Amino acid sequence: MAAKAIFERPKSLSDKEFTYCPGCHHGIVHRLIAEVIDELGIQGKTLMVAPVGCSVFAYTFFDVDGTVAAHGRAPAVATGMKRAMPDRVVFTYQGDGDLAAIGTAEIIHAANRGERITTIFINNAIYGMTGGQMAPTTLLGMKTTTSPYGREADREGYPIHVSEVLKELSGVVYLERVAVSSPAEVRKAKQAIKKAFIAQIKGLGFSLVEVLSTCPTNWGLDPIEAMKWLNENLKKEYPLGVFVDKVGELK
Amino acid sequence: MAEKVMVKGNEAMAEAAIRAGCRLYFGYPITPQSELTEYMARRLPEVKGTFLQSESEVAAVNMIYGAASTGTRVMTSTSSPGFSLMQEGISYIAGAELPCVFINVVRGGPGLGDIQPAQSDYFQATKGGGHGDYNLIVLAPSSVQEAVDLVQLAFDLADKYRNPALILADGMLGQMMEPVEFPDFRDLNTLPDHSSWAMQGCEGREPHKITSFDIDPINLEKMNIGYQKKYREIEANEVRYDTEMIDDAEYLLVGYGTMARILGSVVKKARSEGIKVGLFRPITLWPFPYKELESAVSGKKAVLTVEMSTGQMVEDVKLAVNGKIKVDFYGRTGGVVPTPEEVLRELKKIVERSE
Repeated sequence: MAAKAIFERPKSLSDKEFTYCPGCHHGIVHRLIAEVIDELGIQGKTLMVAPVGCSVFAYTFFDVDGTVAAHGRAPAVATGMKRAMPDRVVFTYQGDGDLAAIGTAEIIHAANRGERITTIFINNAIYGMTGGQMAPTTLLGMKTTTSPYGREADREGYPIHVSEVLKELSGVVYLERVAVSSPAEVRKAKQAIKKAFIAQIKGLGFSLVEVLSTCPTNWGLDPIEAMKWLNENLKKEYPLGVFVDKVGELK
Repeated sequence: MAEKVMVKGNEAMAEAAIRAGCRLYFGYPITPQSELTEYMARRLPEVKGTFLQSESEVAAVNMIYGAASTGTRVMTSTSSPGFSLMQEGISYIAGAELPCVFINVVRGGPGLGDIQPAQSDYFQATKGGGHGDYNLIVLAPSSVQEAVDLVQLAFDLADKYRNPALILADGMLGQMMEPVEFPDFRDLNTLPDHSSWAMQGCEGREPHKITSFDIDPINLEKMNIGYQKKYREIEANEVRYDTEMIDDAEYLLVGYGTMARILGSVVKKARSEGIKVGLFRPITLWPFPYKELESAVSGKKAVLTVEMSTGQMVEDVKLAVNGKIKVDFYGRTGGVVPTPEEVLRELKKIVERSE
């Protein structure tokens, strides 16, 4: 009997090796996005905007047309692309420093316009590339290189809940917060990403999937401990769930 | 031949862009150029184009980046404080080598300044403004008709060199009405084909990647050397300037845009009083007509550079003449436009000194 491949590298992933730290979730999320692009058959018409930060090289990891935006500006860049080529599928990949600090204006207005783009938002509560500084999403009490005594609300304000903020905007048609710290969650995350792309393909409006993610290196934990920390702390502050779903049931 | 129509500068530039094949506009209102944004909002849907009012100039310039990366003709317009906000994106666009057009209708600065005409964005327009070694193609019209013509040229040069082009106008030019003759509409099918590099979806080909970065300094240096090679080519091919009565002139006035228009009146007045003066007007501020200006000053007694600023282009004038002749400067700032009479007074001081 001939061997039958039941698990392959997605076509939409390039053969470039990931440059992410061990235990970082970018690799899993990249794979899920690539699988979704393959399954939807949109590789040839997808345009991606990579962020500034650890995933700045994301545009090289996907076998689709891609560019890199200035810090935080990906939703505006994606808006320009989508308005120029409305029949293409455009997505941005952004971290919490990118999206929730310097890029707050761009994400809020793209979402509010109901821009037909999809954003994959990686929330690991810290700045990765620059070496573990405080992010807007950093938990209270969490120590980072720029909150060495632990984040205090009086001094640094509260962790920002991006999905909870965006869900109030009328242009948002699909919004879910997921994690990838168990096989079941990975499957759920993929479904969320798929639905977010379908929302765009159907021309319904803006879609975003927030993925709670680890940063073992900057959290100072090994990958297993990091996963545990995510489950015990990050999920408490940022509960998983569907915030907006105007896509409806998919057959 | 099309008939002449009376049009306001801002609206004329907008219509010229549409006739050049621009179907996408992203921008943010700011005085004294808002009529341009408003005209686009009204007019683009009529030609099946897209107008989008962005949430800020920062967003606008990045929308331009996105649209330009698909190879589509796209533009924005703004005025000085808005142009400052766009500098981040302009640096990225220059680095990514994307063709697009900017119009800056300059007003008084620094800071919030005022809403009157000025030329104090010259440094920002021609010497960078954003980070890194890059250049925009900078065109400075001195009449509404020339603004129309240069908008057309700006799109073509941007496409030809895959480089952002900038129309550097000022509040006077944006707000004045003059009779203009518009060119015909460009057949969109004749626009340059950018499918060899643009992001249009990788169906049937390898993916296209567009960036302004490379983490490896050796590679980034190679990219920079590439940009510089292109800039030298633009310098060799695209210098534009105009002169009035310079052949027999003993004195030379140098100015651009609206200021050059006023200097034209000064030349006439001075000539009627027996002062032999001519005018040199750069049309491309980058590439600057260094060699052409150098030969124009040959045999002259003195040069007077006049700007609606405290002196910015005068540095390029000095570079051009390279110490061969004294370069004087006269300027008003804050949105004050020098009158022909006051410039003539300045010129007479130089004439007295030289005789």
